[in-house]
Amino acid sequence: METAALDALDRLILLATQRGLPLVARPYHAVAEQIGVSAEEVMARMQRMLDTGIIRRIGAVPNHYALGYTANGMTVWDVADDRVFALGSAVGQLEAVSHCYLRPRKLPEWPYNLFAMVHGHDRAEVEQKAQQIADLLGPACSARAILYSTRILKKTGLRFA
Amino acid sequence: MDALDRAIVNRLQDGFPLCERPYAAVAEEIGCSEDELLARLDDLLDARILTRFGPMYHAERLGGGLCLVAMKIPPPDFERVAALVNALPEVAHNYEREHAFNMWFVLATETPQGLTEALARIEHDTGYPAYAMPKLREFFVELKLRA
Repeated sequence: METAALDALDRLILLATQRGLPLVARPYHAVAEQIGVSAEEVMARMQRMLDTGIIRRIGAVPNHYALGYTANGMTVWDVADDRVFALGSAVGQLEAVSHCYLRPRKLPEWPYNLFAMVHGHDRAEVEQKAQQIADLLGPACSARAILYSTRILKKTGLRFA
Repeated sequence: MDALDRAIVNRLQDGFPLCERPYAAVAEEIGCSEDELLARLDDLLDARILTRFGPMYHAERLGGGLCLVAMKIPPPDFERVAALVNALPEVAHNYEREHAFNMWFVLATETPQGLTEALARIEHDTGYPAYAMPKLREFFVELKLRA
């Protein structure tokens, strides 16, 4: 994957914002004041980091449970290697799927290579959504499982020192 | 949560503007005042309905390492291992799941080599193998949680 070196100012912006954007009327001015540059510079740097993908997005991370999505299923699928790129793209575009990744199998214990996160208000809803994935994958998929999360043990987001 | 809270949660999942008064701009879109939006956002964060608000940095593009890791921990030993794993600052989040592979966490490190070191440390500290499952490809990822 392409990587982009951060210069000293980008890094200061990252350190000042990784725990969150200030909840004040002029948040970029607050960050600018903290690190000793102009607000225009902070906004221009953040726009550049968005354009280059260093910042994925600026926004809120909702707690699934608090929004009523109490059933969180990591659906996992063993999909034929020669079909998984095309099928993974199709699965990722399903409305029901929030994240979709290709990952390595860990044979013999873990035969699954396609991961799709599905959130529902209950397990029946997750299973119904998983069935849409199963229908899409068809005979290219030879094994499947749904791993429900039962507890958040830690959730801090990414931190850089 | 009332209708305004839901509108805030839905609107703020992506595309927060880069301008002088971004909260005022979003408040106008959803039909409330800037002060009200700031107060509601503060409450939503306090209540942990939102776990964070701000820029999401892309660890791999920063040259760091990011990896999903799974472990199979015998239930009587689960809490001890969870405490050891959670104590590492490189562990960004950690979920218990119903499966023989019952612990799933994400490691985020400043360098790719940091991943190897963190994995070795976890295996050493806990005494169990850690199965690294890095993403080989990401398919169209987007947040679509409607409040």
